[in-house]
Amino acid sequence: MTSVTIAPGSAESTAAPAGAPAASGRGRALGYIARKAGLLLLTLWAAITLNFILPRLMPGSPADAALAKLAQNGPVSEATKSAIEAQLGVPTGNILEQYVAYLHQVVTLDFGVSYTFYPQSVSELVSTALPYTLVLVGVVTIIAFVLGTLLGVLAAWKRGTWLDTLPTLAGSFASAFPYFWTALLLLFFAGYVGRLFPTSGAYGPTATPEFTIGFLGDAIYHAALPALTILITSLGGWILGMRNTMISTIGDDYVTFAEANGLKPRTVALRYAARNAILPNLTSFGLALGGVVGGSILVERVFGYPGIGYLLFNAVTNQDYPLMQALFLMITVSVLIANFLVDILYGVLDPRTRR
Amino acid sequence: MTTQSIPPSTRAVRAIEEASIAPAPSPLKVVLRVASTVWSNGKARIGIVILGLFILIAVFAPLIAPYGARQNGFDRSADASAAHWLGTTAAGEDVLSQLIWGSQISIFVGLVAGLLSTVIAVLVGLSWGYVRGFGADVINFIVNLFLVIPGLPLMIVIAAYLSGGGIGMIIVVVVITGWAWGARVLRSQTQSLRSRDFVTAAVFSGERPFRIVFREILPNMTSLIVGNFFGAATAAILAEAGLEYLGLGDTTVVSWGTMLFWAQNSNALLTGQWALLFAPGLCIALLATSLTLINFGVDGISNPRLREGKQR
Repeated sequence: MTSVTIAPGSAESTAAPAGAPAASGRGRALGYIARKAGLLLLTLWAAITLNFILPRLMPGSPADAALAKLAQNGPVSEATKSAIEAQLGVPTGNILEQYVAYLHQVVTLDFGVSYTFYPQSVSELVSTALPYTLVLVGVVTIIAFVLGTLLGVLAAWKRGTWLDTLPTLAGSFASAFPYFWTALLLLFFAGYVGRLFPTSGAYGPTATPEFTIGFLGDAIYHAALPALTILITSLGGWILGMRNTMISTIGDDYVTFAEANGLKPRTVALRYAARNAILPNLTSFGLALGGVVGGSILVERVFGYPGIGYLLFNAVTNQDYPLMQALFLMITVSVLIANFLVDILYGVLDPRTRR
Repeated sequence: MTTQSIPPSTRAVRAIEEASIAPAPSPLKVVLRVASTVWSNGKARIGIVILGLFILIAVFAPLIAPYGARQNGFDRSADASAAHWLGTTAAGEDVLSQLIWGSQISIFVGLVAGLLSTVIAVLVGLSWGYVRGFGADVINFIVNLFLVIPGLPLMIVIAAYLSGGGIGMIIVVVVITGWAWGARVLRSQTQSLRSRDFVTAAVFSGERPFRIVFREILPNMTSLIVGNFFGAATAAILAEAGLEYLGLGDTTVVSWGTMLFWAQNSNALLTGQWALLFAPGLCIALLATSLTLINFGVDGISNPRLREGKQR
């Protein structure tokens, strides 16, 4: 959309009308990105602070519990002790000093030592697990979004036929499945009974993680069931969301007008109705991501898939607070950044939001 | 919207014939009309029937269940038989009885957590939609923060610190992470309603903001609030099952989530006890689906385009 309004400073540049709107348009786009980036930083700060406040709000002293547990593995060094106290809080310490120390830790990505996987550092553990979850959740979410949106368009366009009823009913039923139950069923039937897929892990016992065709094939083979679980459970939401917005757009005058003009039904459906209906669906993409990430924790637990979720599960069952805090921060930051990217994409697709 | 818009001409008439205005429909009539709109939707009807069945099972669990929830001493990990229709657990408990007793927990958590989330969503959403300026910006930021922080990880972290808190703890955790979505939806509806004539009229007649928000605006959003309740209850049921499956909360309580937790921990997959895995999950899925289906009918109250039986 080319804007008609002229930026305050460009009143004299009316001699070059071709250049003025383009420049102000670019400026507006940059302003939009800057505004969103500022909001991202503010939200990141709030999430990091929440992560600081949570253990301090809780009854008992998580820091003492953590230190006691760590002491079982041998003597605790001063550096480790202060790292844990900065993260989880000491009852007597100055809260402001703790906060500064904590922020320093977060910026330098120094989260101390895990005592479940002693003597590995929390940062090491997180960086090994992160790629598995990022690839699994990222790829599956994009597939589910594209597939679900297409099915939703079809359902709305063929409203009342089996193309509508079947995906809508199956979708709403499947999205009510608990993630872990879908995972358990797939694991039981395709893993244990059918022996079609491996039952746990991210790669076979003989493979070593490296960038070769053989290893990648093995990794995909191991990721198939977790991926299928997330796809089945998250697809329904996209179908329903797209169907409902699409039904509203189909009722709009411009679609009726396009039909009256004798355009091909497929052109009207895809290039007129669906194009506008996809925008609200994209907004929910960012928000739904949090749900998918949460679901993937349960899925990873079922399949023993060595991603962030399985690590979080292990941290929680062993009351490994330093690891748990770092993982929660990692997950939140990833989702926040993904949301930021979706916001930017939304701004590209819908120029009205850039105002 | 369920309110009828009044054409300008009648407004004038209304001013004259103030005494002869038809009284507002009684609450009972409104409820009946809403219920019949929901019931007229085929999907919602299926949902209501399923939900009704589960509620009956939960209420009459002491009469229906063949054994006690934690009554053990039967054969361990037995297959389905005449005495134990769905077999027994690894601890020698009857699976069918646990399933029936477990329905109480899921329905209770769904009801209470859904209700609490909705109350918070209504309070925050409506006041947020009505106020303007800096206060609204601050609430906006907080709500967005809760929306964007992934719910389940936050629940897991809080539950880990409050370990062993039982059902009450799970409800608190679910409500903390579940109110924000409803608040945002209700806020945008409040914003669009606050510029309507009837609100302006209420302002000029000197009504207090509190009364305007909760007595004038609120009744116009009944369908949204009802829809929000069913949505929040669905999320609560799924979240409760997920947390209990991970072993957070009280694992000695018999619920569908803890049944799956024990099934996984006793290697029911390896021993091939499909009923123990299949049944609790199916119940969770059916209960959650029934609420989603009812929401199809609730959508139809406010948006006639989504009602059934009409092509576009």
